[in-house]
Amino acid sequence: MRVRSSLHTTTDIEASWPDAIYAQFRRVGVRQVGYVPDAGHSRLIALCRDDPDIADVVLTTEEEGVGLVAGAALGGERAALLMQSSGVGNCINMFSLLRNCGFGCVVLVTMRGEFGEFNPWQVPMGAITEDVLRLAGFLTYRVEQADAVDEIVGAGCDMAYAGDLQVAILLSQRLIGPKQWTR
Amino acid sequence: MLDRRDFVSQLLIDRGDLLVVSGLGSATYDVAAAGDHPLNFYLWGAMGGAAMIGLGLALARPKSRVAVLTGDGDMLMGLGSLATIGVKQPRNLAIVVLDNAHYGETGMQPSHTQAGVDLVAMALACRFTHARAVSRIAEAAAVRALLHAGDGPILVSARIGSDDVPRVLPLRDGHVIKQRFVAALNSV
Repeated sequence: MRVRSSLHTTTDIEASWPDAIYAQFRRVGVRQVGYVPDAGHSRLIALCRDDPDIADVVLTTEEEGVGLVAGAALGGERAALLMQSSGVGNCINMFSLLRNCGFGCVVLVTMRGEFGEFNPWQVPMGAITEDVLRLAGFLTYRVEQADAVDEIVGAGCDMAYAGDLQVAILLSQRLIGPKQWTR
Repeated sequence: MLDRRDFVSQLLIDRGDLLVVSGLGSATYDVAAAGDHPLNFYLWGAMGGAAMIGLGLALARPKSRVAVLTGDGDMLMGLGSLATIGVKQPRNLAIVVLDNAHYGETGMQPSHTQAGVDLVAMALACRFTHARAVSRIAEAAAVRALLHAGDGPILVSARIGSDDVPRVLPLRDGHVIKQRFVAALNSV
């Protein structure tokens, strides 16, 4: 299931990094995925929704996902969260649940408010997202290049679920591409 | 008005393998007072999160019954969870809101439900299969039956008195509460 960079052209890899994340979810047995809809995660969300082995849970706010992860873990299932950097701020107090009880969790954060951002309202939260995650007890890893997604997400999943740790992987705006203002 | 301790005790009689999540504050003390159990997940924080923990657990364990017992303050902080649960339609999830219309931990300030904000109507609007308010102890047996066999998602707003009751403090170490729960569930 792994996306092997040697088998893909650069263009393939740039388009398929969500597939690499999905393949890692399959490999480690993620069974619940909570998300607030997000353009950067749209392909990964579609892959999870189409997978009968994954319960996709659309959230009204990202902090609901933190409870979801805890409940899944109590029931013996692995859960991951997909959110935009702005959503990290919505979770801060709820993250204490993961830390207090040692619930393994992978959060994939699509970054806004950095490279090429057109909307200054995204910048204040985007600029502090990684610091906030660290203060809340997460190990954080940044991904800048599409061909690094597979390896970093795989390593993050292993650490989180084998070690009951909280891991956040920040997918940079340079990787995702700036939000398209017109479609 | 219900006596909260009497009501919760009756809900948890002969509970079998019922999985229980208790919201922070008085709901956790009520569940502890009804008798400590390894399949209790006591919250001491994470306000607003009890219902979603119930959803994650219900999805992970579709053959088990999951009961979330929480206060009106916790439920009000997580109102969006009702919509999220309404999308997933977990048949095995029930939420009991122990509604005293006050924020009891912080000095008994009035909560939104005291002004008539209606959690039952919200649950029904969020596609809950069954939602009702109860205020008489004679209704406890029917609520207990819903927890064990009702077609979820279910929400019961239990109108409890606002009398102060002694705190009954269960385990507080989150790791211990989690590990004990997981170990007990593995042997169910």
